Amino acid sequence: MSEENLINIKINHKDLQVDKNLTVMQACEIAGEEIPRFCYHDKLSIAGNCRMCLVEIEKAPKLASSCTMPLMDGMSIITNSEKVKAGRKGVMEFLLINHPLDCPICDQGGECDLQDQAMYYGFDKSRYSENKRAVENKNMGPLVNTIMTRCIHCTRCVRFATEVAGVPEIGMLGRGENAEITTYLEKSITSELSGNVIDLCPVGALTSKPYQFKARPWELKRTDSIDIFDSVGSNIRIDSRAQEILRVTPRVNESINEEWITDKVRFNYDGYYQQRIDKPYIKKSSKLEPSSWSDAIKILKSKLKNSNPLALVGEHTDLETGFAIQKFMSHFGKDNIECRTDNQSILPILDSYRFNTPIVNIEDADLVILCGTNPKIESPIINHKIFKSYNSGAEVFNIGDDILLNYPTHYLGESLSELNNDLLKKHLKKATNPILIIGSGFLNQLNSNDTIKSLFSFASKNKIISDGKNNLNFLSPYASRVGQLLLGNTSPDNCQPYTKLKKKSFDTILSFGSEHIADSAFKESFKVYFGHHGDEGAMSADIVLPTPLYTEKNGIFINIEGRPQEAKKCHNPIGEAKEEWKILKELSNQLSLNFEINTFDELRQDLSHNYPNLVNFHEIIISSNKYEDQSNISFEGSSCIYPIQNFYMSDIISKNSKTMAKCVEDILSKPLLEKSA
Amino acid sequence: MSGNHPGLSNTFIHSGEKFEWSKENLQSIKKIISRYPSERKQSAVMPLLYLAQEQNDNWISIECIETIAETLSMPKIRVTEVASFYSMYNTQPVGKNLIQVCRTSPCWLRGSNKITDTICKETKCQINETSEDNLFTVVEVECLGACSNGPMIQINNDFYEDLDETSTKQIIDNIKNDLPNKVGSQKGRRSSENA
Repeated sequence: MSEENLINIKINHKDLQVDKNLTVMQACEIAGEEIPRFCYHDKLSIAGNCRMCLVEIEKAPKLASSCTMPLMDGMSIITNSEKVKAGRKGVMEFLLINHPLDCPICDQGGECDLQDQAMYYGFDKSRYSENKRAVENKNMGPLVNTIMTRCIHCTRCVRFATEVAGVPEIGMLGRGENAEITTYLEKSITSELSGNVIDLCPVGALTSKPYQFKARPWELKRTDSIDIFDSVGSNIRIDSRAQEILRVTPRVNESINEEWITDKVRFNYDGYYQQRIDKPYIKKSSKLEPSSWSDAIKILKSKLKNSNPLALVGEHTDLETGFAIQKFMSHFGKDNIECRTDNQSILPILDSYRFNTPIVNIEDADLVILCGTNPKIESPIINHKIFKSYNSGAEVFNIGDDILLNYPTHYLGESLSELNNDLLKKHLKKATNPILIIGSGFLNQLNSNDTIKSLFSFASKNKIISDGKNNLNFLSPYASRVGQLLLGNTSPDNCQPYTKLKKKSFDTILSFGSEHIADSAFKESFKVYFGHHGDEGAMSADIVLPTPLYTEKNGIFINIEGRPQEAKKCHNPIGEAKEEWKILKELSNQLSLNFEINTFDELRQDLSHNYPNLVNFHEIIISSNKYEDQSNISFEGSSCIYPIQNFYMSDIISKNSKTMAKCVEDILSKPLLEKSA
Repeated sequence: MSGNHPGLSNTFIHSGEKFEWSKENLQSIKKIISRYPSERKQSAVMPLLYLAQEQNDNWISIECIETIAETLSMPKIRVTEVASFYSMYNTQPVGKNLIQVCRTSPCWLRGSNKITDTICKETKCQINETSEDNLFTVVEVECLGACSNGPMIQINNDFYEDLDETSTKQIIDNIKNDLPNKVGSQKGRRSSENA
């Protein structure tokens, strides 16, 4: 902050030097004075319509709303006088005139801004003897429940939909006593981030439909965890009671998800308990029958003796499990673990399979090129950041299918070679901070490494990679991918690894949550499925072993930008489920193989000993190898096939969620964003 | 009183017919939009709502909203917000003649209640109702700004001032019989000169 930007002000008679571009409310916050507010929110534009944040400014005749008031040199602000208190009390009285006194049956009760602030500024009696107004509830879709009589018209939801979600579908109709918040013609909100309006609503007008009447906040146990349903690793807080997760809400992490999470992780938790594999199953005459751990291990032991097994690693596998698999599989040979079952192409360096731009910096881009990725579906948080950059003037180009996003794009064509498009060239010349995002749509189709090498050359020629910054990004939609690749749980074939895999040469297939075990190429092999949800994968297996979900064990996940984070255990595993490393340990003992780990802590210690940079929480891993080769630019004309078609049902857990099924029915079956909206 | 003022309802309805701008309106729209910077053409939403209402039998249907949103490339909900905010954009269908009776103090002191009663009797509809033959919709409004000539009513775009029960009945009868009406003061006053 430069000297000239500083001004002297007084807050409650204490001198303070602050930036002159702040508002009175922000200055008060710096001074440690708490200002009550309903409509003001850090991440949204300033509305100034609740009037709760009144403060006294010396020499001004009336109280001023601090959220809208810019600072001036020499300003003397008073936040704790009787006049201020009386003013806020008056505002509160008006807010409560039409607010129903239904806190005892309101889901927001106990964590409600209005309730809390009424404790300080509310009257204990009402002077209002007229009829209160009542407002009809509106439909906002299968996720957001509305009780519109409680609404105090702060318009946070309206601003969120327009400014953050990028779907201007919520608005305030009418005026004065007739004002009502609604979506256009009461249609469902079509955003993947729509659930966040529930957290934003300062009262109980917008609440969670699935969580309705489930619990009170003080009954819940809080567990900090992370979102594993896309690769961004949004920080979440899981609220549970006994053995059941009751809701998922975001945790603030300014470098990743700010304070938003996707609807998928917020609402698919009912799927955690559907179709769970609760005990070991063994296939007898082509039918899976419940069995015991000892029987299952016994059969497995005889099968694995002198065998050549292959391990498939799924999309929700944590780092410790990956490491344990590696430890176990090393006894059987080399190149027998594969996590890239979707054929993602990589070079053997970290920079070629992660999102190299820190997520927080995406919004600084002035040009964004999307290649074979639909960020709206694959990674709504990254899509929000791109939307932010679009709002500050960035141009967005798209190669692949002509997908519909919540911001306009220049569509260049189907093939990766469109990167040489003249229009793009012209814009690239002007751009100072362009970023390029390569999605699995192309990465999974490539037949040679040259294309990835070409991408690096293209990037360095076009200021995408230059002096210290690397804006060439590879986006995989799977939470486990970067971590497993860093562990090296993949075959050395860098293109089409799964297609090239000599599947017939393995007689036993161990699938750790990978549904690819059901592929016809493994028909002859003996198949073991380690997982938590029964679907195709488990159905095709000869032995099914129950393992815990990410909420039932501790585990590290490395997000797409290379940031290790921990998902913490929330409650005990369901049924007889056992952590993967314990099963592998048991098997090792039976087969007299060396597996010297006895506890989870030992496993993690061993992991951090072998891969010290993977357990450095919250720091982005620094890549040691840079790609230097300046090869010729040539792109192969592969087609683009997006990895995820349906946002709400992209994985085995969401597929089992009733809430997600309702979303598909309600939101996806109707035409998505209409162009004119 | 029954129902709501057709301009104060927050519910919008489909007319069932496609709404397309007439040729003349397309030309006026061009002119109106040219008044604003090109990236701010949504500013033209109010004049466009007015044109749409004029073209669409004096009310705004969902089809109108969607056409306006498309013309100005703005979200439909934003157009809806504006249309619902102002009471002079009718969000419900109204009769051929929208009769707005001023009921604010000056007109009321000069007997607007009697005028209201006469109108209701003659048109056979209550306040906020449309007559069966779809000829009239009667609404009560606040001050229309012709206080010195009260009591007064507005029928569509015209003011009728210095009314009494007889002249009001005459005006309604003329409309029923498709006869022309004298606009302005019914007592022969020029504008608001001393009576």
